[in-house]
Amino acid sequence: MRSESRPISIAIAALGGQGGGVLADWLVAVAELHGWIVQATSVPGVAQRTGTTVYYVEMSPAPRDPGQRPVFALMPVPGDVDLVVAAELMEAGRAVVRGLVTPDRTTTVASTHRIYGITEKSALGDGIVDANAVFAALEARSKRLISFDMQAVADEQRSVISSILFGAIAASGVLPFARALYEQAITQSGVAVQSNLAGFAAGFERALTRSPLTSLMPPGAAPTTELGRTLDARIKAEFPAHLHGLLQEGVRRLVDYQDGDYATAYLDRLHEIRDCDQRSQGAGGHYALTATVARHLALWMSYEDTIRVADLKTRRKRFDRVRNEVQAQSEQIVYMTEFMHPRFDEVCETLPAGLGAKLYASSRARRWFAPLFRKGRHIQTAHVGGFLLLYTVAGLRRWRRGTLRYRWEQERIGAWLARIEALATRPGGYDAAIELAECQRLVKGYSDTHERGLKNFGLVVEAVQRLSDRADLAAIVKRLRTAALADEEGRQLGAALDELKMAG
Amino acid sequence: MAERSFTHEVGKLRLGAGQEFRGEGILAVTKALLQSGVGYVGGYQGAPISHLMDVLSDAQELLKELGIHFEASASEAAAAAMLAASVNYPIRGAVTWKSTVGTNVASDALANVASGGVTGGAMVIIGEDYGEGSSIMQERSHAFAMKSQMWLLDPRPNLQSIVTMVERGFELSEASNTPVMLEVRIRACHVYGSFIAADNRPPPFTLQDALDNPVRDVNRIVLPPASFLHEQEKINRRWPAAVEYIVRNRLNEFLGGTQGEVGVILQGGLYNTLIRALELLGLADSSGATQLPLYVLNVTYPLIESEVVEFCRGKQAVLILEEGQPEYLEQNLNSILRRADNATRVVGKDVLPKAGEYTGDVILRGLRAFMRAYAPEHLERATPLLPPPPAEVPKEVQALAPLLPIRPPAFCTGCPERPIFTAMKLLQRELGPLHISCDIGCHLFSILPPFNLGNTTMGYGLGAAGASAFNTPRNKRAIAVMGDGGFWHNGLTSGVGNAVFNQSDNVLVVVDNGYSAATGGQDILSSRAGNRSKSTQHPIAAAVKGVGVKWLRVVDRTYDIGRMRDVLREAMTAPEKGPKVVLAASECMLNRQRRERPAFNKAVAAGSRVVRERFGVDADTCTGDHSCIRLSGCPSLTIRPNPDPLRQDPIAHVENSCVGCGVCGEVAHAAVLCPSFYRAQLVFNPTRFDRVLQKLRASIIGFFQRRAERRGLRHAF
Repeated sequence: MRSESRPISIAIAALGGQGGGVLADWLVAVAELHGWIVQATSVPGVAQRTGTTVYYVEMSPAPRDPGQRPVFALMPVPGDVDLVVAAELMEAGRAVVRGLVTPDRTTTVASTHRIYGITEKSALGDGIVDANAVFAALEARSKRLISFDMQAVADEQRSVISSILFGAIAASGVLPFARALYEQAITQSGVAVQSNLAGFAAGFERALTRSPLTSLMPPGAAPTTELGRTLDARIKAEFPAHLHGLLQEGVRRLVDYQDGDYATAYLDRLHEIRDCDQRSQGAGGHYALTATVARHLALWMSYEDTIRVADLKTRRKRFDRVRNEVQAQSEQIVYMTEFMHPRFDEVCETLPAGLGAKLYASSRARRWFAPLFRKGRHIQTAHVGGFLLLYTVAGLRRWRRGTLRYRWEQERIGAWLARIEALATRPGGYDAAIELAECQRLVKGYSDTHERGLKNFGLVVEAVQRLSDRADLAAIVKRLRTAALADEEGRQLGAALDELKMAG
Repeated sequence: MAERSFTHEVGKLRLGAGQEFRGEGILAVTKALLQSGVGYVGGYQGAPISHLMDVLSDAQELLKELGIHFEASASEAAAAAMLAASVNYPIRGAVTWKSTVGTNVASDALANVASGGVTGGAMVIIGEDYGEGSSIMQERSHAFAMKSQMWLLDPRPNLQSIVTMVERGFELSEASNTPVMLEVRIRACHVYGSFIAADNRPPPFTLQDALDNPVRDVNRIVLPPASFLHEQEKINRRWPAAVEYIVRNRLNEFLGGTQGEVGVILQGGLYNTLIRALELLGLADSSGATQLPLYVLNVTYPLIESEVVEFCRGKQAVLILEEGQPEYLEQNLNSILRRADNATRVVGKDVLPKAGEYTGDVILRGLRAFMRAYAPEHLERATPLLPPPPAEVPKEVQALAPLLPIRPPAFCTGCPERPIFTAMKLLQRELGPLHISCDIGCHLFSILPPFNLGNTTMGYGLGAAGASAFNTPRNKRAIAVMGDGGFWHNGLTSGVGNAVFNQSDNVLVVVDNGYSAATGGQDILSSRAGNRSKSTQHPIAAAVKGVGVKWLRVVDRTYDIGRMRDVLREAMTAPEKGPKVVLAASECMLNRQRRERPAFNKAVAAGSRVVRERFGVDADTCTGDHSCIRLSGCPSLTIRPNPDPLRQDPIAHVENSCVGCGVCGEVAHAAVLCPSFYRAQLVFNPTRFDRVLQKLRASIIGFFQRRAERRGLRHAF
């Protein structure tokens, strides 16, 4: 335990631009206003750009005898920190890993929001770190934990996160200072005083109230149209209850993408998968395969062609979403410019299948027309001309079934489903079938990205064919899928495949 | 202008005798210089001493009043050479830089001034960038002090001690005719503390006095025979004089108890960390009172033999706390004691790590090990404040460690350097992987994710020189990168001139953002803006042509990625012989925003029509592949969970911190990515015409949108 004569030690972890320095200055000010002596220091790191900075503050009552002035340390010692402040969840985790948070001593004040690291951002798929591991460690290591989404509160208050943190620190009661002193510290700093005081107050209040956990899963809305009700009835009649929400989403998406018949086709396909699910797992099974296919079939069937993009870009809902995403004030004029890059290939794909295929195959046509589609286009969707252009393309929707792309995608989907069924019914192939269904994730994006995805998908499918009798096929497919998502150049996938060739 | 204005700090430099100075360590050093009556100050900015330079360049008025000449030197070598003013004249001068990198650059001039010796006090303020957060190779400045024989001061890290040591340092320099180095570690440079100020002193003997009656003494010039004389002088006259001064004025401190079998000898800079370790072991109180004898070396070179022998007399063992390697002090102590025939055991890097920063935890463990081995009874009597560290890391912590995402430093939001490297990445798709020789500066971040471009960096301004070997006849050319800071530091000669003279065929990209950005946005020769006290606006292009470059292309809007890529391709394939220089010139966004944002807000408040541009990503067309991020890495371009209930991969997302630099759109086009990006134009204070036009457009578009929605409803779910 800390004897009263000892300094109070505070470590602050913040990212560049989060105002960790300001927070440290406020802490210095509040201590001095209370008549205490205080020291603060930091190691800003390379050019302070986006990296983490740890600020370290020590404070204690002024001694009667100036000769007895405490010797403050310039860096925290693991096990000897009273208050750890983190302006971002992973930085709180880092403080724990550095040993700064210990159950007998440390109160932790941490914001639970995420600022994603570059490795999380640049992953080809989902690279986001599991936050629960951090929560578990914080709960386990902190003497007391005060954590909530302080960035959200800052945004509500039109303030900055440092003021929310300052409020939460005041509320934590680790420092023996009156609330008024904290506010005085903000006032005398003279910068953005009003918003900072508001932020401080909000932080203070929130720190005292435990926030209820809100579920992230929105409940599926009931059907609103005749068509919707018929489809919904069919879902409920033919599929197990725990899949209804998922299938409703799928149907909702495909009706919106094309029409009722298209959604019906979706349910027909799923019906077959359901049957083969029952054949291999029995009617009492969990329908894991049906569930996985339901998700990925819906995504594949709503592939992003030029028509879809034009459709989504011109909707009123989208206009509203943009307004509110760019935080436009009400009545403010907002214009947007799209960055479209339709290449010769996309044009062919949007043409009637016969003509499209001819042009696509003809090298002469490519030589003549491709140059016309080499430059990217800026389209101003909120101007009449630009809007009508996209609106017209979106209108091609009613002829979509005739396009080359449609034919291609339906063939791909058919082949994919056939393989899945073949696998699922083979003894021991069920899990592999699920993994193969998951592989739809590899095919996404546009132009080069999309081609890369298709190529990788093809390689995986090939491997599945070759190794179909392997007992550990499911594990193999999973490994290949992860490898395919590991790097753009397909190095890891290549390596993984070679490995298999060696082995097999 | 520098990143921030320091007018407030400048005020602190004016404090008089008896007033309390409160502020940053490096600012206290600056004040101490003025209190010591320096006649001139020079240096080269860089963490952790940038603030010394920034504050002084904002303190022109004060410096004029005191008659002090301040120079933002072209390089550390130029700064060190300034000390020549103290060779013949009783003028005190100080220079400063980041060490060890700066000391490397300066060492030629330092060796010369150290050889001839000085009349006026000459001091080098060294910001020691070692350990956590350091951006440079991990070395010791100690070696430079030893090789050129300059005295090395390493004061206790509190403002009072540091200030005193600056003032004493000048006296030591004069008493021993030797330049001194004052080493301040990075945390001490940034530490907030206080000391009681003294009045500033104008230099008693001014630079003008020197010019009015010049002194010439051949024996101070490094030429034979004087150079041989200098070496003898160092050993026989200057060293003893230094020792005499250090002892008489007690620059080193004997603290703690006087009795006992054991003691600790430490670098002054480690004092606070040691006291905390002692306190946690229960061997000291928080004010530093302890029974354990401490010998605090505020002067780490030279060691004072008499003091060492005196301290060790009757001790079974002493612990030497010496950060970094090689362990010069430990070796020196051993030879001193051996010569004195003293049997005291010197314990150092056998209980402490041989390399790396001596943090609180490290010193705590080392101290515990030392006491357990040589004075266990002390430990047993004491009541430690911390439980002994757990044998192994708790499992929930173990689980966490590998998960945490790295946070490498990266280009700022809207940085004009980002598109240069995006273009390089795109060029590599055409030409295959390239050998890229990097330099020092923000552009070095290209080495890190998401760009992963760059093979070596050989030092400031040495990017081009670092590629000079790769000058093969039928070549795939190497690319060298250099910033404008490095260009003026030495790159113009060591890089460009060198390439012209040796007929290099390589490509050099000079990143001209208008400032020495990585060190805090200081102005340089080629800065576009005017500067009260410096001469700017000297274009790099003119200098490059001046040294004989024939092939020069200027890209004055680096955000134009297509153009950037084409120019780079041209440079890589151009048939002409000789270096190909691409000048990529766009202003540092950090400094630009510092100027433009207030102006924009003013315009909005004033009611004049202004348009803000920013980018966004359409959630429902983004498929979560993140190619855009891999080609950009902008802090404002991030990800968020996918709002689509069926899709699983997080989608790209642009935060409101976006400054609308345009790179996102350019990338989407140049790399043929996806149609999800949009540029939004927000019109503030629209004119009547704006409003009418908007109404018209909205009504037409609205009509069609409603029509589509009606149709949609017919086949909705």
